[in-house]
Amino acid sequence: MMRALERFYRVLLYLYPASFRNEYGRALTATFVARLRDMSGPARPLLGALAAVGDVVPNAIAAHWEILRHDVRYAGRSLRASPGFTLTAILVIALGVGANTAAFSLADFVLLRPLPFHEPDRLVDLWESTPGYPRMEFSPANYRDMKAMTHSFAAMGAYSDRTMNLVGTGEPRHLTVGIMTPHAMPVLGVPPLLGRAITPEDSTNEQVVVLSYGLWQSQFGGDAGIVGRAVRLDGEPYSVIGVMPAAFAFPTREIDAWVPFLLREAFFADRSDNFLSVVARLRPGVTTEQAATDVAAVAARLEQLDPRANEHTSAVVVDMRDEMSARSRMLVLALCGAALCILLLACANLASLLLARSAHRSRELAVRAALGAGRERIVRQLVTESMGLALFGGIAGVAIAVAGVPVLARLVPDSLPVSGQPSVDLRVLLAAGALVLLTGLMFGVGPAVAAGRSRALDALRGGARGGMRTQRLRAVLVTIEVAACVVLLVSSGLLIRAVLRIQGTDPGFRAEGVLTLRTELTGEKAAFGAQRVAFYDRVLQDVRALPGVQNAAYMSGLPMVMGGGIWPTTIAGAPVVRDASNTVGLRFVTPQYFAAMGITLRAGRDIADADRRESPPVAVVSESFAKRMWPNENAIGKQFTIITIPRTIVGVVGNVRVRGLERPSEPQVYLPATQLPDGMMVFYAPKDLVVRSTVPAATLLPAVRRIIAGADPDQPISDVRMLTELVASQTSSRVTQLRLLGMLATIALVIAGVGIHGLLAFAVSQRSRELGVRRALGEQVGSIVGRVMREGLVLAAAGVAIGVFIAYLAARAMGALLAGVQPGDPLTIGLAAVLCFVTAVVGCVRPAVRAASVDPITVLRGD
Amino acid sequence: MTTDRTELEALLPLPPATFHILLALVDQERHGYAIIQDVEERTDGELRLSAGTLYRSVARMVEQGLIAEVLKRPAARLDDERRRYYRITPFGTAVARAEMARLSQLVRLARARGLTPETT
Repeated sequence: MMRALERFYRVLLYLYPASFRNEYGRALTATFVARLRDMSGPARPLLGALAAVGDVVPNAIAAHWEILRHDVRYAGRSLRASPGFTLTAILVIALGVGANTAAFSLADFVLLRPLPFHEPDRLVDLWESTPGYPRMEFSPANYRDMKAMTHSFAAMGAYSDRTMNLVGTGEPRHLTVGIMTPHAMPVLGVPPLLGRAITPEDSTNEQVVVLSYGLWQSQFGGDAGIVGRAVRLDGEPYSVIGVMPAAFAFPTREIDAWVPFLLREAFFADRSDNFLSVVARLRPGVTTEQAATDVAAVAARLEQLDPRANEHTSAVVVDMRDEMSARSRMLVLALCGAALCILLLACANLASLLLARSAHRSRELAVRAALGAGRERIVRQLVTESMGLALFGGIAGVAIAVAGVPVLARLVPDSLPVSGQPSVDLRVLLAAGALVLLTGLMFGVGPAVAAGRSRALDALRGGARGGMRTQRLRAVLVTIEVAACVVLLVSSGLLIRAVLRIQGTDPGFRAEGVLTLRTELTGEKAAFGAQRVAFYDRVLQDVRALPGVQNAAYMSGLPMVMGGGIWPTTIAGAPVVRDASNTVGLRFVTPQYFAAMGITLRAGRDIADADRRESPPVAVVSESFAKRMWPNENAIGKQFTIITIPRTIVGVVGNVRVRGLERPSEPQVYLPATQLPDGMMVFYAPKDLVVRSTVPAATLLPAVRRIIAGADPDQPISDVRMLTELVASQTSSRVTQLRLLGMLATIALVIAGVGIHGLLAFAVSQRSRELGVRRALGEQVGSIVGRVMREGLVLAAAGVAIGVFIAYLAARAMGALLAGVQPGDPLTIGLAAVLCFVTAVVGCVRPAVRAASVDPITVLRGD
Repeated sequence: MTTDRTELEALLPLPPATFHILLALVDQERHGYAIIQDVEERTDGELRLSAGTLYRSVARMVEQGLIAEVLKRPAARLDDERRRYYRITPFGTAVARAEMARLSQLVRLARARGLTPETT
């Protein structure tokens, strides 16, 4: 029993610092055993074990603490003694940690964090899918059947969104409202903040509304008694039944409120009218893949059921987490990659700084070793120093991140169903802490171990020359720095080219000098032609009369704002097939639209005032449509059918990038606003006012506002912007990212340049004796300069080669961002390689000159 | 001896364990467990040093030059070879005296104010 307790005690001794254990371990054991002998009684084993633990644990903690305190004091003194080194190190760490903390806070927000719904892993979206349209909304009938016939889902609901005007709470306000089938909100499982969410009990009454937290705060002052009150939406009274919590955003961040959406019998008639988004919760234990198989099988049955409407129509299941576009994801990932490059550079740089420092301090360390400090104590001391640097750098880095995160918020995709903005919260701080720890260890331990290993006697003799091992470590560090630098430069370069290419894309219209704003008619005003036309006519007539206004028009959905609005077309008599080969982007416009937008009229005429409801149905089409349908003929006068009505083409206009600068767009068909049928397709009622003028928007806007208020005082105005802003917003997230990457690349270049310089300078100072001997033996200055330069440049060349290879792989991975620029783009890669190489050359020059100026006499006498 | 004087004063007041260890070594050299026993006896069991506390103090006191290890050992048969013996150094004696003076001074000051250890 005594022996077992003694062994137990000896094992516990490992809790002590090694230096203390080595010195006193045996004496401690002897003392403990002696004390054990003095104990007696049956409880001795238990008491002995307790005594062992009670003895060792607190004392071991205290012993570590004492060493730490001592090391911290010592580190503080030694860092204060070399402020240049200390500040450089802290700055480099701050940049590395700051960039990574900021990037992580964004990545965490966009990619990692579970969505703020109940058991978000089980939430999926369902989409119909046809050739050319891999994710399309469901038609009500297909949704109903899908819900009834699948077995993989515990719950399923459908939703869409629409705009509604809120009046009676100050300025009329234009809301984006989620319209939810009664089962849709329960699928998400988020309890409301006040009242209740939309549930199946709302299956009979559509006149209720659930407010978003933001709307509740901004329009109702956070009134706690809001539930039960009536608000006016589109002129109708709606009863407020609840308020959702601040974190709830569905389906996107832009939704202001939710109302029930009841699928009436009439909706089920047309299986090709697709407007329902579908959300579902998987049954427990069912995987997304199993659900996808189930859904595809049901879609196949639906195709058999209605082969005409559902031809080539399948359905897919997508994890809600994966719903964002590959581009948005890549934007974030590329930023994280760049931040990691910076961290790698920072660590390599610091490791080299510390390596040089420990070589300078080798005498000091050797003296301490000779005075009895074990290797473990020296390593520990050096690691304490580097951790101290990491800690201060980390604090500064978090400060940088806090300042930088608001800029990154622009990279959050709008489609993310999470409200709020990324911020440096506890999660991010924990990650930053881990990063600091990792950084401190990564750059600190290598040099410390190398220093601990260096032979004390050599150092005391004053001949500390970097051993083979430190030389190799140095070479690796230079190579890493150059490679990381090349990766960053190539990636930023490719992205710059991509943005330039996108910005150089012709949108198909001239954006300069065009003011746009939205007056969304709702309810009866939107549904009935006579009221609608009266409103447009009055506004347009007055606006066109304003001084400086050249053209003004209304239309049903600005390019790039509304990408969809897709309808199939046929040539008279042929059956309607819905796939990418015959769909068009449909818009309803008033006269002067093309002139106001600066869209070129290629042939025929504009929509005219004479194209009224009762006159023959006409259309203006894009060149791409004319070319698709009548490749080698004049399209003017030709007929085609859209929404069951045959129409005659009266004009052909230039193609417009309706879906934005980065995506291909369907051909466009423009119909007279007056020929929009009554009570149908309210979504297509013109709502965007486009005004081309020669006066600044600031002068124009108040007059336009007065005119609209005069035509209808209850009509809210929203989305006021210049068309140029709209085009710029197409690339704004890219430009933000580019600025960030550019900044990171510049930092990288500077860090790498400083690092290469520092390493070579250090290498030269280490070898000054050898170089002195060479000079003494008659080697020419030129040859010595060449020798040092060559050494640096070989490493730089290796770094460039490795960097180019990694950069190519990285560029292929982010193909979604490159807008057609080749990942191996020779110009970009060449420039980046040259830039890095030149940086390396500049870094080499001073050390090489110093090497050449080594005085053989001084050096040799120093021995 | 001004250096000694400032060095000495920097160590005061002594932690109780340090003072007791010095007291245990004033009259004779002792090994670790003997120190523990001596302290325990003198304080009527009130201060029981654990092995760890003792040797942490010992390590520090050796570094401070208050005590030194004795390399000459008793006859092997009387001895556990793992034991280590310590003696007080002249500096250690001086520090112990200074601590004693400091404590006496304190007690004098307290008495001068009419304070007695006994509760009334």
